Amino acid sequence: MSPAPTTGRDTASVLAARADARAQEGLRSEWMPHVPARETPHPPAGVDPARLTWAETVAPGGYTHKVLARGTRLRLEDVTGDACAHVLVFSALEPWERLNVADTQKIPWQAYLGAGHPLLSGEGRVLATVVADTSGHHDAFCGTSSDAWVRARHGDPSPQGPTPSGRSLLTLAAAKHGLGPRDLAPSVSFFQGVRVEADGGFRWLGSAGPGASVDLLAELPLVVLVANVPHPLDPRPEYVVGPLRVHAWRERPTSPADQRFSASPELRRAYLNTLDHAEARGLA
Amino acid sequence: MSSTTSTTTTTGTSRLDWGSPLVAGDVVLDERVAPRAPWSAVVAAGDVLTIVDVGGNQSADCLVFAAHDTSERYSVPDTLAWQGNAYVRQGTVLRSGLGNPLMTVVGNEVERQDTIGGACGKESNTLRYGHHTAFQHGCRENFLAEAARHGLGARDLVSNLNWFMNVPVEADGSLGIVDGISGPGKRVAVRAEIDVLVVVSNCPQVNNPCNAFDPSPLRMLVTRPRPSGEEVA
Repeated sequence: MSPAPTTGRDTASVLAARADARAQEGLRSEWMPHVPARETPHPPAGVDPARLTWAETVAPGGYTHKVLARGTRLRLEDVTGDACAHVLVFSALEPWERLNVADTQKIPWQAYLGAGHPLLSGEGRVLATVVADTSGHHDAFCGTSSDAWVRARHGDPSPQGPTPSGRSLLTLAAAKHGLGPRDLAPSVSFFQGVRVEADGGFRWLGSAGPGASVDLLAELPLVVLVANVPHPLDPRPEYVVGPLRVHAWRERPTSPADQRFSASPELRRAYLNTLDHAEARGLA
Repeated sequence: MSSTTSTTTTTGTSRLDWGSPLVAGDVVLDERVAPRAPWSAVVAAGDVLTIVDVGGNQSADCLVFAAHDTSERYSVPDTLAWQGNAYVRQGTVLRSGLGNPLMTVVGNEVERQDTIGGACGKESNTLRYGHHTAFQHGCRENFLAEAARHGLGARDLVSNLNWFMNVPVEADGSLGIVDGISGPGKRVAVRAEIDVLVVVSNCPQVNNPCNAFDPSPLRMLVTRPRPSGEEVA
């Protein structure tokens, strides 16, 4: 058979189509998962690549999701300074236990996320801890973009369109874990910051620049959903977002031996509740 | 009809002001919510819900659902991002997670209303105050009990409004529930933009100033505007 005149590829028979498909093996994209994770082209410094359990670069306007074991350390990295990681976390054991943004701000008496900040569930437990942060530009007020917002700002919000909404992507990520619209509570976002002025108005802080990273430590088995789309208050008229690098590896969950366990009375009781829960379930 | 007439009574040392609707219209619902109790009602599109802070500085924790598809519900971040401000005031549009208007604040007698502080709960109380509080009452219990009456559960509870509660955000990001800026008889009025299910927990918290350490009643009034030109009796 000769190649098809329009594509230059021979896919006229099953055997030819199979050969054509198999010939794509080994092609690379700027945004892709690396499987096995140890083959990542960007191994985190100081981490034995053999310990990696997740390595991926999320496309601008893309999403990803993973179930993580308790004690997993998840690093998000803003390669270009234009990523914005909209994150939802759920207990992988009981997904109705999930990130509660109000408790996450209220219980530590602090609205702005940073190193040491817990991501709390509504059940009085720590789902994840921000254990490292070189950015400091984050937001727990504005959530992610809805379809209506994207339509007003940019145009087509559909998840596979040119300017996906965060909500449309998180809907798909949730669906891959049997979760639906009722499971999509307010999210937090990393790498594009917002601050609150005295009158309550939001002041745009934006990015801390290229190369910033945030590490989250899973304190329970987690379902993690991530959408990489512009922050809703990003003032740039264009739909601007950069790639998001993701790596994860096994460490150990926060224990009483860690300084952060007792950094405040609220944190101590939150970690105690988490440990109590994990031990009762045979996880610790 | 006494339901639209303000009456003032006192119990112990507390002054109670039962108030009256904040906007004109025929009263189609008038209910008193006991201290610490839950409440819910469907408010039809166009009707206005007035909530009266009868005893003063009593947090009315509040969730709003689209009545005909409760998977669409109040969203704190959509509401705040859309208006570009962290506080709820006159004119604030309460939006769903799809960005759609559910209700609009059409009357407000408190400088700013809270929607950052979330709801108290038996579990979160153990973090905030200690495990000795675990058998005290909490808004989350009220929300779960009242939501169950409408076929809703834990998956349906999200960050909420706290009418009459005061949660300032300071320059360094410090945030917390502080002494209230409401008072007996102060009111807020919210107009339904579509048919909505409103679920309220009359907050039972006794460990912080959200209820001035003394839970008090609320009054819920729903008024239906008359077509323009008609006088309200």
